[in-house]
Amino acid sequence: MGYNCIVLIKQVPDTKRITGQAMNDDGTVNRAALPAIFNPEDLNALELALEIKDAHGGKITVVTMGLPAAAAILRDALYRGADEAVLITDRRCAASDTLATSYILSCAVKKLEYDIVLCGRQAIDGDTAQVGPQLAEKLGIPQITYVEALGELTKETIVVRRNIGNGFQKVKAKLPVLLTVTDVANEPRVAAAKAMMKYKKALAPIEIEQTAKAENTDANDKTVKELVERKCELLRQQGLLIKQWDLDFLEADLSWCGRSGSPTKVHRIQSVVLTAKQSKDVDPTQQGVSDMVHELIEDKTIT
Amino acid sequence: MIDVNRDGEVWVFAEQHAGVLEEVPLELMSRARQLADKLGVKVAAALLGNGVEELAEKFFHYGADKVYLVEDALLKRYQTNSYAKVISELIGKHKPQIVLYGATVAGRDLAPRIASAAKAGLTADCTDLQIGDHKGPDGQGHKNLLFQIRPAFGGNIIATIINYDRWPQMATVREGVMPMPQPDTTRSGRIVRENIKLSNGDLQLEILEEHKRQKKVNLKSARIIVAGGAGVGSKDNFRLVWDLANCLGGAPAATRAAVDLGYIDKDHQVGQTGTTVRPSLYIAVGISGAIQHHAGMSESKRIVAINNDPEAPIFQVAHYKIVGDLNEVLPMMIKAIKEKAVKEG
Repeated sequence: MGYNCIVLIKQVPDTKRITGQAMNDDGTVNRAALPAIFNPEDLNALELALEIKDAHGGKITVVTMGLPAAAAILRDALYRGADEAVLITDRRCAASDTLATSYILSCAVKKLEYDIVLCGRQAIDGDTAQVGPQLAEKLGIPQITYVEALGELTKETIVVRRNIGNGFQKVKAKLPVLLTVTDVANEPRVAAAKAMMKYKKALAPIEIEQTAKAENTDANDKTVKELVERKCELLRQQGLLIKQWDLDFLEADLSWCGRSGSPTKVHRIQSVVLTAKQSKDVDPTQQGVSDMVHELIEDKTIT
Repeated sequence: MIDVNRDGEVWVFAEQHAGVLEEVPLELMSRARQLADKLGVKVAAALLGNGVEELAEKFFHYGADKVYLVEDALLKRYQTNSYAKVISELIGKHKPQIVLYGATVAGRDLAPRIASAAKAGLTADCTDLQIGDHKGPDGQGHKNLLFQIRPAFGGNIIATIINYDRWPQMATVREGVMPMPQPDTTRSGRIVRENIKLSNGDLQLEILEEHKRQKKVNLKSARIIVAGGAGVGSKDNFRLVWDLANCLGGAPAATRAAVDLGYIDKDHQVGQTGTTVRPSLYIAVGISGAIQHHAGMSESKRIVAINNDPEAPIFQVAHYKIVGDLNEVLPMMIKAIKEKAVKEG
């Protein structure tokens, strides 16, 4: 017996390493200048799936939606022990908010078999924590958010511990279920050398196409297409072809995808400017400090 | 999804657990009152539970015109699915134009489930809400929308989010960012009882155990906060932060960096991933002033910064700037405060 786990992962800009230069003059974020990383809590979700697989067997499929470059985190997941990877990439996904994203992901998850769907609690670029619950609603399955630890898992039920802000709960749900996993749940394992050797050549068709175009600038479209098809077939035989799905394959209703499927719109973006206030320099001497304390007492700040 | 509905009310989810109301719905209620007055509509709370009718009055004191009350034994404890079902049905029936939730664990668990079912927009973790106008890329104007204002990209930008075509406009709002006003105990309002059919099948989870613990400190209500950052340097040095807080009758706090270094418990963390505070006096010790920290304390009335790096960003927001070694400056402050106390005492 084993469990089919789907782990939804996201490639995100490393918001902790944003510098001044990473912001454009108009206050928008210069994504190109930011290192793209595996969303941290998605690694915890993957680790939880790996723990389930280690204990009970089964299969782990990682799914991401993003630009072709997001294939990098799919390979990373394969190095760490995932069995299969799916890249959802389609220009029509652009400008999707959390509602449209969860709709597109739900179309993908429905194409797969699953007992447990896992996501990170939230992604560090948006910090919304919304896609997990929205996806669970669209799949019509229970959600358990803020998961901190895995408990008993049987053929039909799962027990987990979840954070409730001022404490924790142990809850039980019937499978299939969706979990959103926090960073305290585990310590994600590192890539395994053997898997890395195997999967470092794994590619998504769009990556093969980009390389073929770059390497054969004078070839016509037909030749490039043949080259790509041949290479894809070769990788498929070796089990190294990353699955790539677009909205047509997902049979998604386009009115629920991208900009048209997103009720929330951006009205304005401002970069945060720390404003200088009326301020006083205080000497780091007993006199200077005492004068300041005196002022604060005078104006009743200190009582 | 409901259509744009200019007469729709402004709602607040009245989060309560075991008959105890959270603070954030009351914080939201007073802001909801302001928003509704601008729009010329009524304000209501959606109160779910079992035997919770007496909590309704509080909402009237904080500005509600109505409380929609749904009582059922199956709503005794919060569960995502049952609560989402009830609120979704209420939204479908009464068509509010705005629905607000606290960005608590329960609020962040519940609101997206409702948004998905309602196919409505939702903005997470807002720090401000306003009413304003928007001009779309097609040149079409939209008046009196809910501006849902929130930090994004780790606090490096502030985004104003709107939704003009599919309503309700929904947002979760961080705890502590809206000031808690004085209640008006003379106000009253109308309780509207709603019957919504629930069955055991609506409870998708079985809650086997629950353990609650008291937070070690209540930063939200502290009038004075002394906060230490990574620059404090060691757990031993952090003792001085405690000492200064103690002699001021204030609360000790810390940045995420100081918490991660193990200087102090996470309950004391101020900032984007910690508590949002707005004390009368905030003393920042060895804090460089990362944007994430700033998000949690920028509403402080007076800010004193002590740092040995004159270039630290914290000095850009400080009212009193002390460039110096905290191990010298903090004992001086403690001495000055004790002397004043003696003089006045």
